[in-house]
Amino acid sequence: MGDYKRNVQLDWLTIFSYLALVFIGWINIYSASLSESSQGFFDFNQIYFKQLVFIVTSLGLIIFILALDSKFYERFSSIIYLVSLASLLGLFIFGKNVNGATSWYSFGSIGLQPSEFAKAATALALGKYVSDIQTNMKELKHQLRTFLIIALPALFIIPQPDPGSALVYAAFVFPLYREGLNYIFVLIGFIAALLFVGTLLIGIQWMILIIFIVLTIILLKKKKRNRIKWSQYAIIAAACIGFTFSVSYVFNTVFEQRHRDRFNIVLGKEVDEKGIGYNTNQSEIAIGSGSWTGKGWLQGTQTKGNFVPEQHTDYIFSTIGEEWGFLGSITVVGLFVFLIIRLLILAERQKSTFGRVYGYGVASILFFHFFVNVGMVTGLFPTIGIPLPFISYGGSSLWGFTILLFIFVKLDASNYINR
Amino acid sequence: MRKLLLLSIVLITGVVFAARLFYLQIYDTSYQKLSENNAVKVVYNYPQRGYIFDRKGNLLVSNQPSYDVMVIPKDVKPLDTLEFCKLLKIEKEDFKRILEKAWVYSPRIAQVFIPQLTKSEYAALSEKMYKYRGFYIQKRSLRNYHVRHSSNVLGYISEVNERIIKQNPYYQMGELIGMGGVEKQYEEVLRGTKGVKYIQKDRFNRDIGPYKEGIFDTLPTRGNDIMLTIDADLQQYGEELMINKRGGIVALEPKTGEILALVAAPNYDPALLVGRDRSKNFTKLYYDTIAKPLFDRVLQGEYPPGSPFKTLTALIGLQEGVIDLDERVYCHGGYRYGNRTLGCHHHSTPLSLIPGIANSCNAYFATVYRRTIDKYPTPQEGIDHWREHLVSFGLGNYLGYDLPAGNKGLIPDSDYYNRAYQYPKYKWYTPATISNSIGQGEVSLTPMQMVNFTAAIANRGYYYKPHIIKNIVGADSIPEKYTVKNYTTIDPEYFEPVIQGMFDVYNYGTASHLKIPGIEICGKTGTAENYIRVNGKRMQLTDHSVFVAFAPKDDPKIAIAVFVENGYWGSRWAGKIASLLIEKYLKGEITRKDLENFVLSGSLMDEYSKPYSGEPFKINQ
Repeated sequence: MGDYKRNVQLDWLTIFSYLALVFIGWINIYSASLSESSQGFFDFNQIYFKQLVFIVTSLGLIIFILALDSKFYERFSSIIYLVSLASLLGLFIFGKNVNGATSWYSFGSIGLQPSEFAKAATALALGKYVSDIQTNMKELKHQLRTFLIIALPALFIIPQPDPGSALVYAAFVFPLYREGLNYIFVLIGFIAALLFVGTLLIGIQWMILIIFIVLTIILLKKKKRNRIKWSQYAIIAAACIGFTFSVSYVFNTVFEQRHRDRFNIVLGKEVDEKGIGYNTNQSEIAIGSGSWTGKGWLQGTQTKGNFVPEQHTDYIFSTIGEEWGFLGSITVVGLFVFLIIRLLILAERQKSTFGRVYGYGVASILFFHFFVNVGMVTGLFPTIGIPLPFISYGGSSLWGFTILLFIFVKLDASNYINR
Repeated sequence: MRKLLLLSIVLITGVVFAARLFYLQIYDTSYQKLSENNAVKVVYNYPQRGYIFDRKGNLLVSNQPSYDVMVIPKDVKPLDTLEFCKLLKIEKEDFKRILEKAWVYSPRIAQVFIPQLTKSEYAALSEKMYKYRGFYIQKRSLRNYHVRHSSNVLGYISEVNERIIKQNPYYQMGELIGMGGVEKQYEEVLRGTKGVKYIQKDRFNRDIGPYKEGIFDTLPTRGNDIMLTIDADLQQYGEELMINKRGGIVALEPKTGEILALVAAPNYDPALLVGRDRSKNFTKLYYDTIAKPLFDRVLQGEYPPGSPFKTLTALIGLQEGVIDLDERVYCHGGYRYGNRTLGCHHHSTPLSLIPGIANSCNAYFATVYRRTIDKYPTPQEGIDHWREHLVSFGLGNYLGYDLPAGNKGLIPDSDYYNRAYQYPKYKWYTPATISNSIGQGEVSLTPMQMVNFTAAIANRGYYYKPHIIKNIVGADSIPEKYTVKNYTTIDPEYFEPVIQGMFDVYNYGTASHLKIPGIEICGKTGTAENYIRVNGKRMQLTDHSVFVAFAPKDDPKIAIAVFVENGYWGSRWAGKIASLLIEKYLKGEITRKDLENFVLSGSLMDEYSKPYSGEPFKINQ
């Protein structure tokens, strides 16, 4: 009997977090999109009403996902992945150009953005490949294949162009690390990021000096214990310096001015409030003016005045900050942290490697979106246009994240059915 | 370990975001102000400024609409400049210059392009205004003067300067405030309260409706009208009589302290400080450093009072008991002290108090003054007692009237002389101050102070503080300080002989030719010696002509002081002017047309130009 009860046990903590975020998202989209021209509540042209439709259809999707047999996802993961890749490629032929990006299929008044669904497909394919008994993450061949699975969709997304969505695939480094990928990959990524920001911030000369100082300190510490491999350190130093130069080169010659601007604004090097930094600046003003409890729902002056562009999509968090204040925005941050940690705990208790890898994938993708979006809106990171999961306006985005999350809810629930 | 990497990154991220949000939302409060500036526009709604009436209800000042052409430089689109300039009556170069200046100031802020159009200019322009993007017409309310006199009483309004804005947060750049006169004194009554509207803007700076449904908005409240104690007819007549003369006239109603007329000459037409030529006119008035039309001689001018001061010397002597009415004092061409003489003019001698006043005998009053001071063991104590009596007449300090200009005058005390003579290194005695007895020497009074002591004499021992406010619409009463009697230190019985003396000034004394049939006037002439410095050289000028009077003798309805700079003897100008004004006020018309014509056409401009001519000149001609 006990087993039977657990058979049907869905993780309600996850589901409640999901519902709370979706609800918070909708009331803030309502505030951010409310306009004088609204013709009553049931006006399909209003953004908040469309989002309501997306939410209701998402609930249908959830029932459908939960109703399917959990084995379906593992078995058909390759097919789902291939279909997803095809849909990304198809954009180059059938895609509709919106605001200079060909990221959409258009079906009448409804648009679908395949990159939002490709994340779930990639997570499934990754889970399938890594959990394969043949795969050994320590072998270079398998490492390369894994890399390919992740990189292919990203490569198709970049030229849309939608570099923000492509960047999300970097998040898959976390499930791979969990499955035994050498820590050196994570470390290299981390050092590369440090060198990148450092070079832009203080310039090549200072970075070279710092590299030498840091390496010398490590060298002197190790000297006491082991024999020193001078060649190794020379290579590391050369690599670091080479990377530093290449950053400078890429930044100044490969990057376009708008990319440079975005970085410079966050690094505080150029303050241009009416120009390129306008979005971030207005978003900071909106959030900053919220104080403890905010200006109240529908009372945000920044929100009402449409000072923050894209406020119902990528910048929705600024509405939350303005109208609900510190308490409101900290609640949303808390909900995300809670949900992601909950997913990590669930992933760890999965019986199958497939479930665990997929669970880690879900948590990593959600975290990456949360990290980049809130960082951007609060002015900590450069402007990278990706939505805040479950909260930002958009059908494809909501459906994509719902599918991503509830496949895992289903996998988790069926751990106990198939024992 | 591998399980913990992402977990710890997630937790750290949560903490970092919480800290960032705390910084933005709680710690750094500047964002609140920024969002307000961003999204809320404050629009003020200015009420009508209160009207100003005279004591009889004649409208002196009302409002008129004025139209400013405003520009928001950024919004200006190419236009038919030729036509536009023609409508505004400006040159094309002016157009370019003003627009460029506006650009430099701010491309986004609305600024005045051409201020204060006339009605006809406005009518011609308003039809075509739709063609000129970036320009619009703003209606303002300006003062409309129904009289051409009283500019020193009324004051004027002008835009607030930065000092005022700093001191008083009510005012914003470009708003108007009363400067000088009752416009300044009763600014808060007259201006009312401006209304405020908060308007929500969008990021294109467009209005999108009231902020928070207008719960913070307020309606303007209209300024209150005020009624002045000024008698416009008397005021106007006074100003006419003072044409081509310098000095001041102030008339009071002794029973109330109400100011009936307050003439400062030279004066200017109040309408000069309204409209497009305002600043040009103001500069002209401001830089006239010789005639000083902006200097209110009647409130700020400090003059030696001359002989009218003798009435006070007499009153103090009587109060101090150093003289009685019967004692007669000899005068042999003046008062001798030591080896010096305080000169006097020809009159019969010896004289007692009443004829002493009527004939203005210097020797008599010098004697009384000296006895008053010497009654006390030291001249210091004597002077201080003497001063105490004078202070009780409102002299030697600000009077407390409700106009924002004035001076203290000077009634010296013992400290003053101690300093001047370096006491105790050197000693000083009463004769050193003897000129005070006849209103020369160190004492100086403003014409307003002179009329105040005259009113106190008329009232036989008390005065009301002079004031110009008769009634504030919507207020029950005027301030209490204007409705309480201020008693002098002199007992009422001592006033009658002095008043008799002032009456005899008209009967047979120094102003006997200025009698008005049917009115019993009491007065006192004055001829005040005075000096100025021109290019560092001290020179004596023709005496000031001074006169104080009240009438009728037993039921005083008007007290008046007239001061005519360099008008020579008292009855030559000041006495005549006082006589005409009393007749005008009490009888409503002038019977002595010859006298009136003499004063109206008389000019002292030659006299005034003498010291600046660079040529040697003779005084008192």
